[in-house]
Amino acid sequence: MIPELGTFSLILALLCAIVQGTFPLLGAHRNHGHWMNLARSAAWSQLVFVGLAYACLTVSFLSHDFSVRYVAFNSNTQLPVIYLISGVWAGHEGSLLLWALILAGWTGAVERYSSAIPQEMRARVIAVMGLVSTGFLLFIIMTSSPFARQFPIPLEGNDLNPLLQDPGLAIHPPILYLGYVGFSVPFAFGIAALLAGRLDGAWARWSRPWTLFAWSFLTIGIALGSWWAYNELGWGGWWFWDPVENASFMPWLVGTALVHSLAATEKRGVFKAWTVLLALVAFSLSLLGTFLVRSGILTSVHAFANDPARGVFILIFLSLVVGLSLGLYAWRAPSVRSTLVTSPISRESLILINNILLMVTTATILLGTLYPLVMDALGLGKISVGAPYFNSVFVPLTAPLVLLLGTASVIRWKQDKIKRLLWILTPVLLISFVIGVLWPVFNMPHYSSVAIFGVTLGVWTFATAVVGVWSRTSGGNRWRRLRNTPSSFYGMTLAHVGVGVFAIGIALTSAFSVEKQVRMAPGDHQLIGGYDFRFDGVIDVRGPNYLAQRGVITVLKDGLPVSRLEPEKRTYQIQRNPMTEAGIEAGLMRDLYVSLGEPLDDGRSWGLRLYLKPFIRWIWLGALLIAIGGLIAGFDRRYRLPSGIRNRSPSTVTTPSVGI
Amino acid sequence: MVGLIVVGCTIATGLALLALRENINLFFSPSQIVDGTAPSNTTIRLGGMVVSGSIQRGENLGVTFVLTDLAEQVTVAYEGILPDLFREGQGIVTQGKLDSSGRFLAQQVLAKHDETYMPPEVNDALRKVMAVDQ
Repeated sequence: MIPELGTFSLILALLCAIVQGTFPLLGAHRNHGHWMNLARSAAWSQLVFVGLAYACLTVSFLSHDFSVRYVAFNSNTQLPVIYLISGVWAGHEGSLLLWALILAGWTGAVERYSSAIPQEMRARVIAVMGLVSTGFLLFIIMTSSPFARQFPIPLEGNDLNPLLQDPGLAIHPPILYLGYVGFSVPFAFGIAALLAGRLDGAWARWSRPWTLFAWSFLTIGIALGSWWAYNELGWGGWWFWDPVENASFMPWLVGTALVHSLAATEKRGVFKAWTVLLALVAFSLSLLGTFLVRSGILTSVHAFANDPARGVFILIFLSLVVGLSLGLYAWRAPSVRSTLVTSPISRESLILINNILLMVTTATILLGTLYPLVMDALGLGKISVGAPYFNSVFVPLTAPLVLLLGTASVIRWKQDKIKRLLWILTPVLLISFVIGVLWPVFNMPHYSSVAIFGVTLGVWTFATAVVGVWSRTSGGNRWRRLRNTPSSFYGMTLAHVGVGVFAIGIALTSAFSVEKQVRMAPGDHQLIGGYDFRFDGVIDVRGPNYLAQRGVITVLKDGLPVSRLEPEKRTYQIQRNPMTEAGIEAGLMRDLYVSLGEPLDDGRSWGLRLYLKPFIRWIWLGALLIAIGGLIAGFDRRYRLPSGIRNRSPSTVTTPSVGI
Repeated sequence: MVGLIVVGCTIATGLALLALRENINLFFSPSQIVDGTAPSNTTIRLGGMVVSGSIQRGENLGVTFVLTDLAEQVTVAYEGILPDLFREGQGIVTQGKLDSSGRFLAQQVLAKHDETYMPPEVNDALRKVMAVDQ
């Protein structure tokens, strides 16, 4: 009964989405107030029905209703409750439902917090999101219903893929989707502005906070994915340039470009058409990512056997969205007049360079990701593009970006003097370089140019951030000026420091990581970077739904034990797949990391991977700072109300009522 | 300014294409290794099914096994820990170089985290062989 209720709600949600996607759009076109007003009720009802469908699927999981194929395939009676809840998005069908729910959620949020935006604009934005939602709901209902029943009903479920039984992965997809789907908001704002033919500073101001939120969630989502891969795959790596990782990274890069160019558009009225294009591209790449992951054409950890009809549907949907939006752009954008950049020495021209570098980086990653697919489709042979390609293009393109980023906190809009900048920045650069050279000497085992380079860049971003805040608040009462500085400035500063932390993390990890694959019998010692790893043997343990062999490794430094690591080799009872659970001692300065390989012939020895990973936490810490910076900037007071209304009495502000 | 951008983009494109050319790894099946299509001493990918009973542990972490596409077989040598899902009958992909004696020296062994999953390349290679057999 409950699954049928779910299907029924999905169909009702689809009907609401169709209403939401058509009437407000026509209403805005014909200036028909009632039709535009439909946007609100349609959006809220859609949210309620998708939410209901989602709740039905969750209940089916919790009640072990194995007559539902999706539930039987992704859960089991032995599964802990948290994984029953996260099991909802473990597979293709459920994750699409989650996608639809998040889209409806974003739509509701836009509806709720955009009461100050003109009705016509709001109607168009909600309508565009309704159209996107229509596509996704159609896709779910036609090709991938999570509620499909099966007979005979199995007594026991197939269990959740053991790889997904990890808290990090349980929250990775929802956060990632919040980001992916969140880009539909600037996309909708962009389309609405193109339809209305007005691309002004107000447009940029409206879409900016949404873009910042979506981008921050995407940042956290990608970082969580990387952290999970590090914990769970047992290879000690944090980024593999896997096509699916690239699929999420490309929208992030374009989103980063968008966040910056929106600032320039809002403040200075420059790059208007370009900014809209970025908004369209960011969401298109999110859809492309979904297509790449869900069509099963990639060789990757995420690839699952799949139904070709789905691939065809997404491809058609993708071409429609990209084709129509770019067509609209080509038609409308030439009439947009941007203010010209007046001087090459200005913040807006730095943002221009930032955008170019980010887009070129995106293009090279796209090339490396799609090239094998294109070659295969043309019958030109099967190839793969290795990680060295991505590393060799990514680093030279992004390193200048970090250098520029330091300048950004000091340089002024419109026109600045190169003498002033050199006067401020040269000493900062020198100091950063000195610290960069000295740090590895004091702290690290050997000389490394990568480490010096990375630390210099990291210290540079930090030092320029401090100088930026200092010079912005000098003159007058500093405390008051600090308090009056808008939170978007602090957000930017924090995010830029995050990039520095991230750069230091990457540089020191890649320069000084030590890895050893060894054969060890109980009692054996291995010395790695001053740490003595002693293998104490393997014991059997029993988990809720798995059996495990747990290795015990004591780590000694100068003869004293500093840590005890317990990596596991788990065998889940249903799927029988062996799973590696790494034993990690995390630290701000270094991680000790051990994973169990396999038992070797003599029965006593094991193959073990031992790692010393200096500063690897800084990578995720940096990403976290970037995301927090984005959120802080998004909560800037000036986005809450447009400037025209801000100064009037509160009574004139229409308070939105929540209703269906 | 515009000139600088154009020059910069051209250089970036050139570097990217160069990097791409150096880092493309072609995929070969055991049949293609045996009939000499595959080059030796360049990094390539080899995929196939692990032949039952062919896994042999050597000194330390050395291991050899045989990959087949059901037509031909190639011996693969590897030094290190094999992935969790590496087992007999499993479709896997390895990356490495072919030595002069026809043995494949793998630097990387990839097996995917899904029991029923067969890498598309391996699947295709197997299907080709079956098509020839019929």
